[in-house]
Amino acid sequence: MTAVLEAAAPRALPGGAAVRLTGVTKVFASGPRQVTALESVDLTVHPGEFLTVVGASGCGKSTMLNVIAGLERPTAGRVEVAGRVAFMFQDATLFPWLTARQNVEVALRLRGLPRRLRRARAEELLDVVRLGPAQDKRPHELSGGMRQRVALARVLAQDASVVLMDEPLGALDAMTRDHMHGELERVWSELGLTVLFVTHNMREAVRLGDRVVLMASSPGRVKLEQAVDLPRPRVIDSAEVAMLAGSLTDELRAEVAAHVR
Amino acid sequence: MSVDVTARPAALDDSARHPVTPRQRPSAGAVARRVWASAWPKLLAVGLVIGLWQLVYLSGWRPEYVLPAPGTVFVALADMVTTERFWQAVATTLQRAVLGYGAALLIGTALGVAVSRIKPLRMAVGSLITGMQTMPSIAWFPFAILLFGISEQAITFVVILGAAPSIANGIIAGIDHVPPQLVRAGRMMGATGFTLYRLVILPAALPSYVAGLNQGWAFAWRSLMAGELLVLIIGASSLGANLEFARQLSQADRMLATMIVILVVGMIADGIFSAISRRLRRSRGLAIDD
Repeated sequence: MTAVLEAAAPRALPGGAAVRLTGVTKVFASGPRQVTALESVDLTVHPGEFLTVVGASGCGKSTMLNVIAGLERPTAGRVEVAGRVAFMFQDATLFPWLTARQNVEVALRLRGLPRRLRRARAEELLDVVRLGPAQDKRPHELSGGMRQRVALARVLAQDASVVLMDEPLGALDAMTRDHMHGELERVWSELGLTVLFVTHNMREAVRLGDRVVLMASSPGRVKLEQAVDLPRPRVIDSAEVAMLAGSLTDELRAEVAAHVR
Repeated sequence: MSVDVTARPAALDDSARHPVTPRQRPSAGAVARRVWASAWPKLLAVGLVIGLWQLVYLSGWRPEYVLPAPGTVFVALADMVTTERFWQAVATTLQRAVLGYGAALLIGTALGVAVSRIKPLRMAVGSLITGMQTMPSIAWFPFAILLFGISEQAITFVVILGAAPSIANGIIAGIDHVPPQLVRAGRMMGATGFTLYRLVILPAALPSYVAGLNQGWAFAWRSLMAGELLVLIIGASSLGANLEFARQLSQADRMLATMIVILVVGMIADGIFSAISRRLRRSRGLAIDD
């Protein structure tokens, strides 16, 4: 494959991290209805790392991504990110009035790429996610998996060094999701991206992550960090993935039980 | 790596589930069949109305000089469309429609964007705009005549008042209902302020805006006809004025023929808006397909 995106050395903060959260706390509202979504979260994502974050719903996973993306301001603590951040959502959030290629072109335009270069560049990026043949289709003409490929191409178009993914494959069927895991892994390793991937699917987290972070809820905080030393490519149904996912799920189960009254 | 994605099994990339409209040109026969399929119910309805009209005429319910037969009216229509006077009347009316509607378009759009952006303005006039829509525009004419006299301005004034609120409401509703996740996606890509409006919010609001334009046109056309009946400007012949003159001269056939013209012009404009709206919705996967 031709190097469409030169796999540049991932950008890093002084001290070697791509993303660093120090004592990040996020409190919504105030008074008796106050909710602590995040409580002094410390987290470091290394350059080029694929970090997966798992937790029960409402544990502050999405809030954490929003804080890193700058969509929300932390109540306390420090957020540091090396380079630009791009966001991939559960819903592909493509613009329905544009074709796949035009959706990618919008991102290129907002990055300041001159008009005459946009089309060719968008085509290259759609080739990276293997969607070239469908570039002139509109989002509603694409399947869920293809829409997420376009979303991925759009993320790549933003030339970000850190990619935040909020359950991007959550709405896909198991077969498509399995296939997209491989695609995501391929693009990540070819381009040397730093990925922070949130999911509630433990096996998915183990399948993809260099490291899995478990989050505890109310208030949201980091409960456990687990390195995944299994060789890639991994198979989601393999015994190794299942075993590690099982033991992590036990940790999470104890956590959830403690909070469900 | 040279894996052909298009050849992937359907279970992985189920593009087959969403059939895409074929791009190749349909044959002349297919076009004719499609036109016929959509035309015959309408033709049948028109035929039924004309038949009913003929029956009422034959029953002798009203004398012929009040309610002429369909045939008489169509002959009058055929005569009418050959006269220069008629086309002058059509030109005057359409000119007024374009002027009034064009002004309403600018005012309504600017007002709609302003109201959707500026919160105090919305609180001040948001419900007033909706209220204005329920006001029959004919009720504005006495005031308009006092303000502007028997003049073109009086008619334009009321046409604008009739159409602008619908247009403004269309764009306000459209902007209000832009999916927040699209705005979020736009922001994450670095779009802010005017750029966010141009690239995300306004395109997303377009279908609702077009619906507002369509409704605005219907109100503009009604206001214009009311205006042409009420505000008779000496020397200016128009469709509305022709209607009134035909009544005064007891030319029922010419009057009905003019009414048919008014109906057809309104329907043509409505058809254009509907076609634009259908196209927009289909291109976004929103259309309930025919």
